[in-house]
Amino acid sequence: MSNAPTLNVERTTRKSAVTRRTSPTKRKQYLAAYLFLLPFFVVFITMLVIPLVYAGYLSLFESKLIGGEVFAGLDNYARALTDPQFLGGLGRVGLFFIVQVPIMLGLALFFALALDSMRARGSKGIRLLIFMPYAVPAVVATLMWGYLYGPDFGPIAQIARAVGLGTPDFLSPGNILFSMMNIVTWEFIGYNMIIMYAALRAIPAELYEAAEIDGAGQFRLAWSIKIPAIRPAIMLTVIFSIIGSFQLFAEPSLLNTIAPTVITNSFTPNYYAYNLAFINQELNYAAAVAFLLGLVIAVISYFVQLGSERSARRERKGL
Amino acid sequence: MTVTETRTLVAPGTPGRRRGGSRHYDPSRRRSILLTVLLWLCVLYFIVPLWWLFVSSTKDNSALFSTFGLWFAPELSLWDNLQTLFTIRGGLYTRWLLNTVVYSVTAAFGATLLSAMAGYAFAKYDFPGKKVLFSATLGAVMIPLTALALPTYLLFSQAGLTDTPWAVIIPSLVSPFGVYLMRVYAADAIPDTLIEAARVDGAGEFRIFWQVGLRMLGPGLVTVFLFSLVATWNNYFLPLIMLNTSELYPITVGLAQLQAAATAGGGTQALFSTVITGSFVAILPLIVAFLFLQRYWQSGLATGSVKG
Repeated sequence: MSNAPTLNVERTTRKSAVTRRTSPTKRKQYLAAYLFLLPFFVVFITMLVIPLVYAGYLSLFESKLIGGEVFAGLDNYARALTDPQFLGGLGRVGLFFIVQVPIMLGLALFFALALDSMRARGSKGIRLLIFMPYAVPAVVATLMWGYLYGPDFGPIAQIARAVGLGTPDFLSPGNILFSMMNIVTWEFIGYNMIIMYAALRAIPAELYEAAEIDGAGQFRLAWSIKIPAIRPAIMLTVIFSIIGSFQLFAEPSLLNTIAPTVITNSFTPNYYAYNLAFINQELNYAAAVAFLLGLVIAVISYFVQLGSERSARRERKGL
Repeated sequence: MTVTETRTLVAPGTPGRRRGGSRHYDPSRRRSILLTVLLWLCVLYFIVPLWWLFVSSTKDNSALFSTFGLWFAPELSLWDNLQTLFTIRGGLYTRWLLNTVVYSVTAAFGATLLSAMAGYAFAKYDFPGKKVLFSATLGAVMIPLTALALPTYLLFSQAGLTDTPWAVIIPSLVSPFGVYLMRVYAADAIPDTLIEAARVDGAGEFRIFWQVGLRMLGPGLVTVFLFSLVATWNNYFLPLIMLNTSELYPITVGLAQLQAAATAGGGTQALFSTVITGSFVAILPLIVAFLFLQRYWQSGLATGSVKG
């Protein structure tokens, strides 16, 4: 620029005048923005990025009796992919996801729509009471349901015995996964309902007025206006539920104390990774299992989102 | 998931557009008895377990086994149970409660502040790298904590931080979802003109954030604070792997330990009523916080009642 021909003088001066007017302010604002972001990203990098990279690194090694840590390539992953305990746990949380999540989110959506229609008395109370279990820690919820399921002083067993049904066994190998689904459903319907309800309240009035004039009923209204309008919020609850169900930990580990023979140490992949790392001291293999689990969650989340976007596009075309 | 798509989730709406004020659409005139009854029956499912927990915390051990679970025993032992709970093992339960409060309030406060600053920067500034940084933040929502817990534990133990409160607090400071919420919230709640006016008046960027921005983010801040508070309060996995000393346990790990002792003890059944009373006491603070702050978090999540 310094030896630019004089011909361009006018243009350059005008340009530099502009930059001189905006640049220092802009630069000051860039700096402010970066400073605002700095604290978050420092913690983000140290607590998310570095551990993630470190887990990936650890998973590539193997601890040998002779020679200590040895580079093992993808051996740990190969082992995990043929490990019946890992695959069994993955199957269990997969089943959990397929059965529990639709029930939970379906009910949450039903409650959100019902409350949003404002046709029930005491809507506010209903909303708060359904949400209440969210404030109960998973540990307490599992303890509590564990007692409720219990054959001795559990009220469900008491009632069943009183009407002559015998003592139901909620903690048997065949039933425990469903008992666990009930605990998680109880805990999280309210949370998901609140997210959907908040989205429903944000739908602009004009959308309803047109449909009302057309004489659409509540079910039509819900199906063709409300649900499509809150699709992003529903998507969010689906993603959170994928993460939640594949990471089940507190529920199996607490139920383990009351049903030790039914809850094996690999009942869910997360519980398995914990037992591998802290009981068996197989850190490298545990890192590989945790990393694989994370990968499974990311891939499933990605495809669910992709599928939803596609069906949204198809719907828009169809209209 | 783009920002505009999910905006409906938290965006504070303009009151005039709300359908509450619409003349044509007034469903409150048509209440449905069927729906009311159905919904209140459903509410029972959510409340009866908590009712059981309350009723059981008023019973001694023999009454737990001999009386009907959903109603009180002839003799109330709540006071005795509470005394046992707060004196058992030298008052360890009180310690656990205090630990939980300290960990979760510190973590929630920090997470809220970090999220508010980052969300404000994403919402109100244009700068190189904004898109990449925000995508990274959103992508992080999907990283399962499991994949992180183990390496974080190893890194912390190398830094000598395991078995200290920091091991529970620092990882809980990251709240990608909080940043996302604050960005969406700040974008609508803080008018650009106000920031410009403050700049013209000669206020620095940080003063604008502290004195103008934070004030207008009120309900959003309460929302992020409460949800981070719950996340840390209810966390079991992280403190379980990070802490070894009973005196440092939060209530979740402590109760799990008590429960394990109660079940393994077999003969020492006295612990059952202690575990139940301990569980009941543990959930009270959060329930009270949610009830007490409901106006804020509901308007932080929902719309309408917030200032435009």
